[in-house]
Amino acid sequence: MTYDGEADLRVRQKGLPGEPLKKEGRPMRNVFAGMGVVFSLLILAGWCLAAERVKIGAYLPMTGAVAAYGQDARTGIQIAMEMEPAVLGKKVGFVLTDTKSDKIESANAVSRLIEKEKVVGIIGEMISGDTMAGAPIAEKARIPMVSPTATNVLVTQGKKYIFRVCFVDDVQGEGAAKYAFHTLKARRAALIVDKAQDYCVGLAKFFKDNFTRLGGQIVAETFCVTEDKDFSAQLSTIKLANPDVIYAPNYYSPVALFTRQARELGVKTPVLSGDGAQAEELIQIGGKEVEGVAFTGHFHPQAASTRLAKDFISRFHKKYKADPNAFNALGADAYFVLLDAIARAKSTEGERIRAALAKTKNFEAVSGKLSIGENGNAVKPMVINAVKNGKFIYLATVNP
Amino acid sequence: MTFSIFLQQLINGVSLGSLYGLIAIGYTMVYGILRLINFAHGDVLMMGCYFAFYAILIFSLPWWVSFPIGIFLTALLGIAIDRGAYLPVRKAPRISALITAIGVSFFLENLGLVLFGGRPKPFHRPPVFGKVLEWGDIRFLTLSLWIPSIAFFSLLLLLWVVYRTRTGRAMRAISRDMETVRLMGVDVNRITSITFALGSALAAAGGIMWALKFPQIDPYMGIIPGLKAFVAAVLGGIGNVLGAALGGLLLGLVEILLVALMPSLAGYKDAFAFLILIGILLFKPTGIIGEKLPD
Repeated sequence: MTYDGEADLRVRQKGLPGEPLKKEGRPMRNVFAGMGVVFSLLILAGWCLAAERVKIGAYLPMTGAVAAYGQDARTGIQIAMEMEPAVLGKKVGFVLTDTKSDKIESANAVSRLIEKEKVVGIIGEMISGDTMAGAPIAEKARIPMVSPTATNVLVTQGKKYIFRVCFVDDVQGEGAAKYAFHTLKARRAALIVDKAQDYCVGLAKFFKDNFTRLGGQIVAETFCVTEDKDFSAQLSTIKLANPDVIYAPNYYSPVALFTRQARELGVKTPVLSGDGAQAEELIQIGGKEVEGVAFTGHFHPQAASTRLAKDFISRFHKKYKADPNAFNALGADAYFVLLDAIARAKSTEGERIRAALAKTKNFEAVSGKLSIGENGNAVKPMVINAVKNGKFIYLATVNP
Repeated sequence: MTFSIFLQQLINGVSLGSLYGLIAIGYTMVYGILRLINFAHGDVLMMGCYFAFYAILIFSLPWWVSFPIGIFLTALLGIAIDRGAYLPVRKAPRISALITAIGVSFFLENLGLVLFGGRPKPFHRPPVFGKVLEWGDIRFLTLSLWIPSIAFFSLLLLLWVVYRTRTGRAMRAISRDMETVRLMGVDVNRITSITFALGSALAAAGGIMWALKFPQIDPYMGIIPGLKAFVAAVLGGIGNVLGAALGGLLLGLVEILLVALMPSLAGYKDAFAFLILIGILLFKPTGIIGEKLPD
């Protein structure tokens, strides 16, 4: 009989039929594996407990048509976090999502923050249209949301969980109309309105109503959309109407391009805008043609009076060697107000934070003393700024 | 509307229209030769603007050096895109190449976002382009004279290359039958690379003119000019270079004059362009001049 080495090997490997296959050292390996798993779980649990944070989310336009606002707000929030890194004895965890200046992305971003990141409060968004897209989701989930700069009336209307640290467009439109009528002595106004943005349409309407109520006349009303680059047709209409002031309540890109083209076409009429104009792109892109453009706004370092403001401005100067603008300041304010509410509520529960937010009174924020009033809107002063010598200068304050 | 206002609008329309035309001729040439609608054309335009922008910013080169450098770098980018994205799908059904083009478009936009940031940057307008000329009641920038000139010159250059050079003859032959041309011993890949280089260079030229006219650049700036150029090309007859130039001119004029005559519809300006596209595709899909294979 020949020795079948192969078969022998097979038998050794497989074991005789019926015999359970045993390997040397298997029981010991089991014990080590089990201990490893238990240790890992213990470490993980310890890490989780030790790193428990109060998670705050923000949905901001970091790219797209209004990227300047989101990026500036994030800078403001970062400095605010340096100033107040903890609440209720725990560190604040910050989660940022990019809305790409788009309504649909805004809604998705809020869903993601609430469901995946499980945040206790949300900061955002910067523009009214996007905030109105994200708000219903937070409202339904009962997570409080604080917008830094969404000014359209409809953003907080009928909602309990949505707040803002800025003034509202009915106030802004009124302030702009008064400035145009009393200070600029304008009696004939022409408008150019970005039809695609809720903010622009709303603000234009309030300006029109107030301006005509004061006794002025709207001599031309022209439209554009946010991505428009060419305004020659609209400017011909405006030039023909011979206005004393042009009201352009749009975002910084359209205002910059429009004003440049206006000056190129020989239209020398003063241009008045809204808070959306205060981004450095207005001056970078507008160049010397935007000298003299005035706008109603939220903030100017010269008008800053609170202790928080002075601290914020000095830190900003140290880090960026420049003056903070409205979006830096209001981003920070949204953070401070939210944190203050969490501290007063002594809880991270949505309903409690909401109640505390609604009771915010005379909070000394970076952009001034603010109280949360009716509908979750902030009652606070407004500033009038203008572009002079390539910088934003402060002209006046309008108190509520 | 008075006559001088009409004249002013006419000048605005010609300026905008020749800009669309300049961008459209690159678009349509690539289609005419390769039967590929290069959806990434607008984004190549955007990259051209950024190349020129950084050439001015980083190296402080005068505009008449940095603009040609920008155009040259964009031509190289076009070759890279052809080799990297379109060559592998040359033998695949046309839909694959189309989808690849869309992919390249997204890729360039997001690459731009990552490299250059989402915030718009101001494009420097050299004084020679920015001088305001007055003629009675009418005012326009010298740019409004430059753009039609450059567009016309580019059109002549392109026609010369396609109809009067050996490479051009190869291009025209490829548009008829690529396989046979390959059998004739012509290096088809080299010719298509040259086609893309030329198309991308024209895109860059159009882009720089666009950035001079609307001095703000951002990674998504190429989408609208790309779409409008597509409409212009289809309007004139896709594949037909002369048609694209004319289509662009027509589109620009219609856009400006329509808004001038009906100011309340200014918000729908872009909608008109796409209504024209739908109309042309429904009633005369071969375009005004007619779809024409080069030769």
